[in-house]
Order: sequence, then C-alpha cells, then structure tokens
Amino acid sequence: MNLILVTFIILLAFTSYYFGRKKALVIQSSQRLTALPKFYGYYLAAWCAAPALIIFALWSVFEPSIVKTFILQDYTDQNLTKNELQLIYTKVKALAAGTYTGNITNFLDESANKYIQLKGIANSAKVAIILAILIFSLSFAYRSVQKNDRMREPVEIFLKWVLFVASLGAVLVTIGIVFSLLFEAIRFFQAVKIFDFIFGTHWYPAKTFVRDGQPDPELMKDAFGAVPLFAGTFFIAFIAMCVAIPIGLLSGIYLSEYAGRGVRKYAKPIIEILAGIPTVVYGFFAALTVGPFVKEIGNAMGLEVSAESALAAGAVMGVMIIPFISSLSDDVMTAVPQNLRDGSYAMGATKSETVKKVIFPAALPGIVGSILLAVSRAVGETMIVVMASGLAANLTMNPLESTSTITAQIVVILIGDQQFGDPKTQSAFALGISLFIVTLFLNVIALSVVKKYREKYE
Amino acid sequence: MNSFKKNLLKKRYNAERRFQWYGKIAIGLALSFLAVFMFQIFSKGYSAFQKTWIVTEVHYDKELLLIDAESPSKDDLENADYYDVAYKAMTSLDPGLPEEEDRQLIQMVSYKYEAEVKDLLLKNPDYLGKIVPIKLTASDDVDQVHKGNYPRDIPEENRRVNDYQLQIYDMLNERGDILSEFNISFFTSPDSREAELAGIASSFMGTVFSILVCLAFSFPIAVLAAIYLEEFAPKNKFTDFIEVNINNLAAVPSIVFGLLGLGVLLAVFNLPRSTPLVGGITLSLMTLPTIIIAARASLKAVPPSIREAALAMGASNMQTTMHHTVPLSMPGTLSGTIIGLAQALGETAPLILIGMVAFVNTIPGTPVDPAASLPVQIYIWSESAERGFVEKVSACIMVLLAFLILMNLAAQIVRHKFEKKWS
Repeated sequence: MNLILVTFIILLAFTSYYFGRKKALVIQSSQRLTALPKFYGYYLAAWCAAPALIIFALWSVFEPSIVKTFILQDYTDQNLTKNELQLIYTKVKALAAGTYTGNITNFLDESANKYIQLKGIANSAKVAIILAILIFSLSFAYRSVQKNDRMREPVEIFLKWVLFVASLGAVLVTIGIVFSLLFEAIRFFQAVKIFDFIFGTHWYPAKTFVRDGQPDPELMKDAFGAVPLFAGTFFIAFIAMCVAIPIGLLSGIYLSEYAGRGVRKYAKPIIEILAGIPTVVYGFFAALTVGPFVKEIGNAMGLEVSAESALAAGAVMGVMIIPFISSLSDDVMTAVPQNLRDGSYAMGATKSETVKKVIFPAALPGIVGSILLAVSRAVGETMIVVMASGLAANLTMNPLESTSTITAQIVVILIGDQQFGDPKTQSAFALGISLFIVTLFLNVIALSVVKKYREKYE
Repeated sequence: MNSFKKNLLKKRYNAERRFQWYGKIAIGLALSFLAVFMFQIFSKGYSAFQKTWIVTEVHYDKELLLIDAESPSKDDLENADYYDVAYKAMTSLDPGLPEEEDRQLIQMVSYKYEAEVKDLLLKNPDYLGKIVPIKLTASDDVDQVHKGNYPRDIPEENRRVNDYQLQIYDMLNERGDILSEFNISFFTSPDSREAELAGIASSFMGTVFSILVCLAFSFPIAVLAAIYLEEFAPKNKFTDFIEVNINNLAAVPSIVFGLLGLGVLLAVFNLPRSTPLVGGITLSLMTLPTIIIAARASLKAVPPSIREAALAMGASNMQTTMHHTVPLSMPGTLSGTIIGLAQALGETAPLILIGMVAFVNTIPGTPVDPAASLPVQIYIWSESAERGFVEKVSACIMVLLAFLILMNLAAQIVRHKFEKKWS
C-alpha cells in the first residue's frame, strides 16, 4: 500500500515535470519566458512531490503510536504497568495479523477488531489526505506556471533547502548516538548507582542473571564495577602506543627528512596498507600467531604467560596504529617551513641536530595531535581485543595476563540475543557512553591542537 | 683544528649516522611486520583452495535403492533410499572391517556423503545398476592430514584421526584414490558447521548487499551535504557546529555505531535483525563523514576561475555548482567514496552487535534475508575449535583482502584517470 502510494507520487512528479516543460513551450509562443523551460517542469515536480512525501513521512512516523494509544485506552482502568500494556499491544497486533498462537480472550479479540478497523480508517485517511494535498499543491503550482511567474528562484531555493537538510544528516547521526546511548544508560543507572559503576572494582555482569524476577540489589552493586575495564582499556592502549610511537615517529622523521623521493613514494603507501587491513584480520593474527609466540617466549624464560595476553593484543594493535602516527607526523614535519631548516644548517648543525632541536619542537603540537588521535583509535579498537586478549575482566597491570576492555565487554554482552530492559544489556550502553565521552574528549583536543598548529604555519 | 674539536665533530657525525639508522630500522620494522603478516596468512590459507576427495566405487543396486519400477522416472530416483548404497560404497574400502567398527570408515568422509551418492545418480540416471567410481568429500580431518597440516606423530588418543584411519588413508593415497582439486564449493556453498563443507557464499552475498545498501544511503546524503557546506553555507555558528560534528563523527569508534544500530534501528524502528539492510544502514552512518570530508576536499580543489567564468556568463550560483563545480569534483568524490566503502567493508564489531553473527546456512537473495559478512565470517570461523577452520579463515582473509585491494585500485584509477590537473 505504502509502496504503491510512494510510487504513485514519484510517477506523478515525473509526469508533472514533462507537463510543466511542455506548458512552458506553449507560453513561449505568446509571451517571454522567465526561465528555461525545464525550470517550469522542476517547479511543478517539486510542488508535487515534496509536500506529499513530507506528509507521508510524518504520517508513517506518528500513525503507530496514535493507534496504540487508541487501543490501550480500553485498558486504562485495569491498573497495568507499562510492560504489561506493551505485551498486550504486541498480542493485539499479532492477533490482527493472524500470527497469534496463544489464548484468545474476548477482550483481546475485540481489541484486535478495533485495531484492524483503526488501521483501515488510518489507511484511507492517509490516501485521502495525500491525494488532497497533491491536488492542492499541484493546482497552486500550476497557477503560478500559468501566470508565468519567475520560475528559477523558487526551484533554486528549494534545492538549497534539500542540500541543507542533507547536511543536517551528520548532526542527526550524532544526536541519534547520544540519545540511544543516554536512554539505555540512564535506565541502567536507575538500577545501578553511578558511583558503583565508576569506582567499583569487580566486573562480572553474568552474576546478575536471574531467571524470572529481579536480581538481588546487593549482587548488582558488586557486579558492575567498571574500573577493571577502564584500566584494561588504557593498559592495552598503553602497550600499543609503546610499539607504535617509537616506530611510527622514527619512520615519520625518516620519511620527511631523509628519504629520497623514490623511497617516500613507495614506502609511505606500503606502510599505510597496515592501516587498511581490517581489524578482525589483525585479531586472527594476534590470536593465532602472536599470542602463542609470546607464550612460548615467556615460558622459555620461565614466566607464567596466558595464551591470551594483553601483551599480544597490545603489540598487534600497535602495529596497526603505526601508519596513523607515521603518516600524520610525516605530514606535519613536511609542513615545517624550509627557512627554519636553512637557518639551522647555516649555523652548522647536522641534519639530525636540526631534526631534534628545530623541526621536532616546531612540529610538536601536530605530532601530539596525531598521537592523541592514535590513542583514541586504540581505545576504540574492538576486534583485536575480543579475539586475542580474553574476555575476563581482570584488574591487573601484568602484561602477560589476560585483560578485557570496554569495547570487548560491549561485544561480549551484546553478542547473541539481547533482552532490552535487562541491566546486563543496559550496562553495554553505559559502557558505550563512557567510551564515546573518552574518545570525543581525545578527538576534540587532538583536532584543536592540529588546527592551531596549521594556522601557525599556513 | 685541535683534537678536542675533531673528537666532537666525529661524535656529532656518529650521532647523525645513528639517527639515520634508527629511522631506517623503524621503516624496516614496519615493512617487515607487513611481510610477516602477509606470509602467515598466505602460507596458512592457500591450501584451503584445494579440496580433498576420496575415490571409491559405488554400486547403484536397484534392490538396495528400493526401486521397483522397470524404467524408473526422475521422481523414483529422487525418492529412492540411498543409505545402504552409500554405506556399502564406504565400507567396501575395507571389507574385512567388523560391522561395529564401521563408523571409523564413515567418519573419513563428510556427513553429506549420502547426498553426494544421490546427486551422482540423479545427474547420470544410466548409472543405475552399474558399479561406478565416485568422488566423496573427505572429512575435515582427513583433508588436513592430506594437506600435511595435521601432525601424525602425536599419541593416538590425542589425535582426531586414529591409526586405523591413517592406515586406510595411506592405502588410498598409494592407490591414487585421494584426489586434490580446486575447491569450487568454498566459493559456492554457504556456511556450515563442518569445515570441509563450509563456504563463503552466504557471507560474500551478505557483504555485497550491505555495501550496496551502505552506498545507497551514504553517497547521496554525503554529496548533498558536502555541496551545501562547501558552496552555500553561510559562515555562522551553526555551520561551524555541523563541521565540528562531522570531524568528530569520523573519529567515533565503530562499535558505538553498532550500539546506535541496535538501540535505534532494531529497537525503535523494528527493522529485521541480522540482515544486510540494517548492517548497511549502520555502516552508512559510519561512512557518511568520510565521504563528506572527501567530497568537500575535492570541491575545494576546483579552481575559482571555473566558478567565476560560469558566473560571468550569467549562470546562477546553483547552476554554476550543479553544471560545473560538482561534475569536476566527481572523480575525487568517487574515489573518496570507494575508500570509505572499503573501510566499511572491513568492519566487524558493529555488525556483530546488530546480530549479523548468527549462523546462516542459506545464501541470502535479498537485503532483508539474514546473512553474515566476510569479516564476521572470519570472526565466526576463528572462534571454532576445529583445525580445518584455520585454513578457511586464512582463505577468507585472502578473499577479503583481494576485495579491498580491488576497491583501492578502483579508487586510484578513478582518481588518476578522470581527475583534471589544474596547474
């Protein structure tokens, strides 16, 4: 039904385009046109499609909730909770669709009939309203075509609005992220105190799972302490940076200051391949090759090493991050003005002295920015940790033991079927919002540092 | 020059040389990581493109098939009982084996061997009543032994292939009845719990559908947004806010988009779980900022002289943009789009959250059928304990990397072939 309606509107818009263009040619025979003939067509088509489609979209968004309130009106005197009402509504819908398999009570049957009736009314009302709007807007538009009004300006203003709405898309995504995270997280913090979440040292959400009924609040208090996850996240990111910063920075310096054109042309894109490899591939590599390798070396040295160690995950993550640091620091060092270098050489400094004492300090803000971006990347990395560093949240500073991170726990909690309304599921959203805040913080600082640096030299 | 100064100079030159070496070593390390990595994947994975078959003889005995008709129709063949025929075909490899031990032989081929026996007859109805050679898919363990990935010298109780099976395997191998051929079924069959039967068709289609959905959602919105921000937006607080927003969105961890997909697309809009449609929309939210940034950069690269010329000829702002600036910026925008899609292609975590990690053993035909995707398939297989999946994972990685390389090449070609150089 909806599909037919939308197709009809779009077809009508196309027809009105051709009609408008033709009409313009007719007008041309008697008077001067105010715009190219195709703008007459665009004008009609826009007036035809835009109002009808907007109303259609609004209707589709609001119709279900309005129908729902009508149906549930009959149940207001029964003192039901929100969840029970929701259940009833689902049952009514299933019954109306003919897929309900449970007990059919008279009351339910009545509601289902009412539901079907309401849906029917809503559908015919929708079609009627949209047809009315189509006729109204088309006749309005046709009148101004007949009057030979200026045609180009309104079309261009309309297009500009379309462009503007599209650019709101990015904002909409951000709002969507914030709200979807906040919504579930707030419900989580109603069950678990925010203090227990931020400062608790035991993360063991599986403990709170109770079949039918509310989990014990005492248990809840001790199950959702996120400190081990925060610590694990930053610990693994730290290991990764220990690998990535020296290698990335030195490669960046070599590429920008020493490498000849040929080396730079080939080495840089090849190193950047490291950033293009999907993280799940790194995860497989870490779990299958690096993990056992680390374990073997550790055992040979007489150390106790878990097969899923933080070291393996961190080291592989570090390799993945190398190009972020090398490419960005190469760019910022190349951007340092040549006269700084020349001045240093003129004073008799060697190349390495120039790099260490002049170029590096000059490029430092940019380099710090690139490192912060890399840290934010490491903090948000998921698959390597899920696959290579175990899933038990240990509070440890030993790189040879397994630790877990925020991201890995989100995956562990949400893999498989979820039950919304369960504190365990909601805790994933609470973790998600802490992750979002941390990375947002890092990004904002990094971007502003890099921006300031650019303004300094450009 | 006195000796002190000479020494100092020497020291400084040494430091210079050392510093250069650090740089070279760093680059060498980065490159060797890549080399080791590629070597590991290829050396583990190339064998997955070979499939091992066990050749035996099958007697399509009418009595055992329970076919009564003189000249059986297709339906008769379809409904015949193949259990005994298939069973005999396997046990004939070692007629001396007592009946209670027959599992050892049956386990050497995949559990679908009965279907394979059936398929051969359905394809060649004239085999009925004859004794013909047949290729049966070897079990995962025999396959690994044949490829040399499975150590034969560990104690029998720790081995999944026992001594008797190894003996049979050696006998068959000597007779040349173990075949190794190109593994077509890896590309044409869906996922399976059995390593020897598992293929990437379902996840490959899932990936293709998600990428198409992602493209359909992100490309138009991103290009329109980029045009607005670059060509029309007034400089004010609100457009600044949009800009900051886009830059930050580009750096949000992918798993957060997964949470968004779960909390909004699945919970609020009730879209079908585990489908490429939801996966594609989630990925499109991720690629949106990437494409916007690329499109803006290439719009910016169009020289102002083009715009000025168009305006001087009396074109309106909108006409200048739509007829001149946007077409000229398309190569850069397209290559940025392809790179954004390549990033989305490798994403795993958001797809796991929206349920594309479910076991799917059918090949999806539309974007609203449940499916996995290639990266998720890698994750699923790498969590499996069976040894045969290791090479499958590596092979799947090779397919994924090939896909990525192709996309990046396409981006390069688009950029270099069609982009105008402004000097």
